[in-house]
Amino acid sequence: MDLNHSADVEAFRAEARDWLAAHVPATPLPSLETREGFAAHREWEALLHAARWAVVSWPEEYGGRGVDIEHWLVFEEEYWAAGAPGRVSQNGINLLAPTLFDHATDEQRARVLPSMASGETIWAQAWSEPESGSDLASLTSRAVRTEGGWLLTGQKTWSSRAAFADRAFGIFRTDPDTPKPHQGLTYLMFDLRAPGVTVRPIGRLDGKPAFAELFLDEVFVPDADVIGEPGQGWRIAMSTTGNERGLTLRAPGRFLAAADRLVDLWHDLGDPADTALRDRVADAVVGARAYQLFTWANASRFAAGETIGAESSLNKVFWSRYDIALHESALDLLGPDAELADGEWAEPWIFSLAGPIYAGTNEIQRDIIAERLLGLPKGRR
Amino acid sequence: MRFLPSEEQSDFARTLRGLLAASEVPAAVRAWGAGDHAPGRALWARLAATGLFALAADEAHEGMGLLPLELATGFVELGRAGVPGPVVETAAAAVLLTRLGDEALAKRFLPGLAAGETSATLTLPGAGPYALDADAATHLFTVSPAGELRLAPGAGPLRTSTDPARRLALPDGGGELLAAGPAVTAAARDAADWARLLTAAQCLGTGEALLARTVGYAKQRTQFGTAIGGFQAVKHRLADTLIGLEFARPLLWAAALSLDPGEVAAAKLTAGEAAYAAAMTALQLHGAVGYTEELDLSLWLRKARPLRDAWGSPSQCRAAVLQERLR
Ligand SMILES: Cc1cc2nc3c(=O)[nH]c(=O)nc-3n(C[C@H](O)[C@H](O)[C@H](O)COP(=O)(O)OP(=O)(O)OC[C@H]3O[C@@H](n4cnc5c(N)ncnc54)[C@H](O)[C@@H]3O)c2cc1C
Repeated sequence: MDLNHSADVEAFRAEARDWLAAHVPATPLPSLETREGFAAHREWEALLHAARWAVVSWPEEYGGRGVDIEHWLVFEEEYWAAGAPGRVSQNGINLLAPTLFDHATDEQRARVLPSMASGETIWAQAWSEPESGSDLASLTSRAVRTEGGWLLTGQKTWSSRAAFADRAFGIFRTDPDTPKPHQGLTYLMFDLRAPGVTVRPIGRLDGKPAFAELFLDEVFVPDADVIGEPGQGWRIAMSTTGNERGLTLRAPGRFLAAADRLVDLWHDLGDPADTALRDRVADAVVGARAYQLFTWANASRFAAGETIGAESSLNKVFWSRYDIALHESALDLLGPDAELADGEWAEPWIFSLAGPIYAGTNEIQRDIIAERLLGLPKGRR
Repeated sequence: MRFLPSEEQSDFARTLRGLLAASEVPAAVRAWGAGDHAPGRALWARLAATGLFALAADEAHEGMGLLPLELATGFVELGRAGVPGPVVETAAAAVLLTRLGDEALAKRFLPGLAAGETSATLTLPGAGPYALDADAATHLFTVSPAGELRLAPGAGPLRTSTDPARRLALPDGGGELLAAGPAVTAAARDAADWARLLTAAQCLGTGEALLARTVGYAKQRTQFGTAIGGFQAVKHRLADTLIGLEFARPLLWAAALSLDPGEVAAAKLTAGEAAYAAAMTALQLHGAVGYTEELDLSLWLRKARPLRDAWGSPSQCRAAVLQERLR
């Protein structure tokens, strides 16, 4: 067992750190959940991409550096420690790209990935529907065969940042007559500005308008934008959710940096007599470290050729609960300033509250853990 | 970086696990609690034959060198099986004597401890006042805040812990002065870190045993015509228990790798809390039968809380984490 990074990884870390120190905006960008913030974040993505830091783990031909997961984890540590902006491209990079690497054609990869890496095309995830949240397989939006492609009709919702994004990826029912709901689904990509698409922004809990619902009325999608075989959408989509909850959606670097900031805040504002609050700060430090080490152990398994399956549900529940606890501690330290909406901790706190809901609710994750990792009987679902 | 146990480390754990599974540990625990140490000693002898105690002593004195990772891996298994006796204290005493570097003392005590022929219990500055199993241990060491290492002449009346397999006593004052000075203080600090680390390992094993037994029970106990493990409220508690334990494990490994006091405190905190939470879940999900001493489950249930607090309560561990952070 060895926790030391190789000289090569440390050199990579140093290079990332230097670049970030020289380029991270001195004043925070406006929220990426707003129109103005979206534009600013696009520019940041372009800058990252030009220096080839946007997608370090991708092959070089698509704008990456072809590095392994250990390098990527280290890059993320540096990225968040430097206070760099949140990634407006994250849905594409974290959710669609892994699916494309596993299931797309070379032509699709060559066409889609470079502009995703540069932030020129920002992607939204169009999975959820008003009647299909946790029970995603019950979705009813359909894709009907037409000359050279498919026509999409239906309604998608809760699509993060879709109000300002360019394109979306989602699952649609192509065969309504299958015996099981997760059969007859097809995974495809579409243009959010195509004829027949209506995007209606939905204010989030804090009123920021980047969330959206999508109304689709015979939206044309060429065959070239179907990912994998028609009818195989569920299987393809599920291979993405593993990524979403597992190693790549929330890198430990994000929480390590947040815990560091919390310790600083406690140092500046904490009342030494308030041991209850002190204990929660310590828990934040320990939790970030636990998550980092857990991820390293999984990365080591990965490097040894093992796959990470239902274990990714452990991650999801852990970080989402952790994130809320950390931010609540920050608010408690801030006292009367906690409620100021423009405070440094306000938006991250509001965002943390969604963690147990998105990427599969924590209730669903606990079912997966209980059934697949502990072998308990399957319930009605 | 490769953050996984090596083949040898995993093999060692498997060997211990097999040995302990075949050893009727619950009977030895019950006997130990009743003051009959013979079955427990026999168990210790079998453990010693695997080299377990030699992992806390240096090679010059029949040890295998200080190997915290291997030892921690082994102590997870001791916790899983519920092995009684001052296992942590014996290892910590060996570490103290190894670190002290006093040749005469090392020669006098270490070979016996490393071979498992003798056992030890001890009190260290900053930790609790009670010596565990002073009636059963061969040696009773004390280190005073001023840095005096003594062989205590005896101990006060035995008090039972809330875990009947743990018996506590206040060491008598005085006794042979073995060593004194800053070297003792430094060695005692190391020994306390090892005690904390190995208790964390025991906690993890204890929690895993509690979870495994409870999952087994939940699959087999039926109410309302179905296995209770099919109820979501039951499943979710067990899922949370697994999350607690799985995130404690890598902290334990990292602590064993570095022996950094902050890392050790983090591991102890997390494993201790996870094991105690596992105990509360185990109790609740077993219902009334879980609340009896007849069921072997009680052996682990009653251990979880004392282990969570031994060699560093959660609050002490949290303070240590932040102290290291602000250093
Ligand atoms: C901030 C945010 C961003 C999001 N971004 C996207 C996005 O980009 N793209 C996208 O497609 N979707 C997105 N979502 C939607 C998200 O995936 C869904 O909200 C989620 O799957 C839950 O569905 P639901 O909201 O319909 O809740 P429901 O499924 O209606 O669940 C309501 C409650 O019931 C519980 N519940 C439901 N079924 C069970 C069961 N079988 N057992 C126990 N409890 C159950 C749930 O856990 C939850 O607590 C986002 C959501 C949020 C909050």
